[in-house]
Amino acid sequence: MYKKIMVPVDLAHLEALEKPLTVAADMAKHYHAALCYVGVTTSQPSSVARTPEEYEQKLKAFAHEHAPDNGQEPSARVYNSHDPVTDLDDILLKAIEEVEADLVVMGTHLPHHIDAIMPANGSKVAAHSNVSVFLVRP
Amino acid sequence: MDNKPDNSPDTHEESVGVPAPEGAANLIDTDYKIGQDNYQAAPLGVNIDIHGAVFAFSSLVILAFVILSLALPDQSTAWFEGAKNWINNNMTWFILLAANIFVVLCLVLIVTPLGKVRIGGANAKPDFSYLGWFSMLFAAGMGIGLMFYGVSEPMSHYGTAMGGISVGEDGARTDWAPLGGAEGDQSAAMSLGMAATIFHWGLHPWAIYAIVALSLAIFAYNKGLPLTVRSIFYPLLGERIWGWPGHIIDILAVFATLFGLATSLGIGAQQASAGLTYLFDIPGGTTTLVLLIAAITAVAVVSIVAGVDKGVKRLSEINMVLAFLLLMFVIFVGPTLLIATGFFKNLGSYFAELPFLSNPFGREDANFSQGWTTFYWAWWISWSPFVGMFIARVSRGRSVREFLTAVLLVPSTISVLWMTAFGTTAIQQVQNGFEGASNADLPVKLFEVLSQLPLTEITSFIAIFLVIVFFVTSSDSGSLVIDTITAGGKVDAPKPQRVFWGVIEGAIAIALLIGGGLAALQSAAVAAGLPFTLVLLVGCYAIVKGLMSEPRAK
Repeated sequence: MYKKIMVPVDLAHLEALEKPLTVAADMAKHYHAALCYVGVTTSQPSSVARTPEEYEQKLKAFAHEHAPDNGQEPSARVYNSHDPVTDLDDILLKAIEEVEADLVVMGTHLPHHIDAIMPANGSKVAAHSNVSVFLVRP
Repeated sequence: MDNKPDNSPDTHEESVGVPAPEGAANLIDTDYKIGQDNYQAAPLGVNIDIHGAVFAFSSLVILAFVILSLALPDQSTAWFEGAKNWINNNMTWFILLAANIFVVLCLVLIVTPLGKVRIGGANAKPDFSYLGWFSMLFAAGMGIGLMFYGVSEPMSHYGTAMGGISVGEDGARTDWAPLGGAEGDQSAAMSLGMAATIFHWGLHPWAIYAIVALSLAIFAYNKGLPLTVRSIFYPLLGERIWGWPGHIIDILAVFATLFGLATSLGIGAQQASAGLTYLFDIPGGTTTLVLLIAAITAVAVVSIVAGVDKGVKRLSEINMVLAFLLLMFVIFVGPTLLIATGFFKNLGSYFAELPFLSNPFGREDANFSQGWTTFYWAWWISWSPFVGMFIARVSRGRSVREFLTAVLLVPSTISVLWMTAFGTTAIQQVQNGFEGASNADLPVKLFEVLSQLPLTEITSFIAIFLVIVFFVTSSDSGSLVIDTITAGGKVDAPKPQRVFWGVIEGAIAIALLIGGGLAALQSAAVAAGLPFTLVLLVGCYAIVKGLMSEPRAK
């Protein structure tokens, strides 16, 4: 049913990603779909990587470590952003098109009051994308 | 962690897991992980990610400061005035000398082979187009100031120079004329006045910004340290920058930024309110100012939430276009020929007077060199962590030579053109007998001059609009910068923090205006600028040290 599953990954907050990563891997096994891990980083040094190149290297290693052995080669894609806090949704929407994903599996937080002003990324991506989006709550 | 100061940042090309940034560059080998000292939590559903010590100290002291200046307006104004006067009387030589060092270093770097080093590694690609990049650095760097002083400063210097020298009973000069003045000589007074103005808006301020920006950019992009002011001190303090010496440097940067920013916001609000009074008869006064600052801060917060690309970059580009139109309008409607020839003449007198105007020792014109130059230098310096850091953030992928040309030479040239256009127009009106602008208050002068040109309503409206949008971009980029510093160099800290700083900036501007008007703001900026001069001098050392260990681009 699904050929390519996109999984947005924040390497700085892996502890919060356990559930969505497991869901994505299970679905990839079930549908024999390829997994594409998408990361967003900055030009500035961050807690994960001191250069954009280091980030890409880490995400590639991460992809090979976390993808299930279902005969499909996992891929990793890094987007560079001037201001990831505000641009994340747009970048993810662009990534869905570019990696040609037909399903997105991503973690999101529980809805709460501040969402009215600053919506959670997951719900915004789901609202604006044509493909199916599986929001995994903690 | 290794606590020994490491004076030669030993560079391990092959440090584990870290590839060289896009081609060769020399990352500093450190065990520090960006954000390791940060406090992360989500109280009431609001995510925060802050550097505990820097955030707590800066916000507590600032809070105390705002409460103090609201509770004891007279005393707090007196304290700031006292600090400013002490600096003016005793530290003028130091600040003037330091600024000269910055200019010389920048010019030297442009022509030496060190200028070939590329920010972000030899093969790094620029993050922004020339236009977007340039608009942002110009809007952040001067914006409001050009609107405020473009007319008033040339007029002031022209007037005082015409007045000549007067000596008080104690033998000290009581006049405010630059250098020796030019009593009664219209054309000499004009060229001295323009040279003095350009001196304050030309190479020196942009060199101050360039030093901070370049040192930050090199240590973030080429050395892999967090984008925060303490990183500049790595060559001097080594691993100690992660401890209290580093915290203090960052806290100092937050203070300097907030007070410098509040000064500009105060000036911007005064000018916008003066313009509104002038155009629409909206009554001026504290209430209008407070409402104006509150409203503009609200717009700034919206822009902050929209982010760099959709907020500050777009606004900067709009401003660039409008400012350009206003400049062209003044050039063509004003005394076009005088402005065209004046541009080269003023440039000439600027360079001719530069050695005397920038001389730190044995100055006779104490009022001018202390009251004007030292104030400006301290103001630019207090603003430099903010402008510098913002410039650094958007400048990855440029070579040092390209960077310095764009941050030093191009803006200086534009400042010369701007000051020439507005100053010449204003001074010519004075020479033709129009007294309106010379009698008006500082913030109103621009509108008085525009009233003598056609299409007054439209141009005045554009001027007010420009002031307000410059205000928004300053507040917006300032919040980004302070947020990054107080988040230990993280540029992706949660949004509510930026909003917090945006609101705080507005609050400080309001507090200072209620407390003591513009004088209090300016004194605070000068007082905050002095300690930061030392930071900049270290920046000079760090730039040379850092660039020496970088491979040159082809």
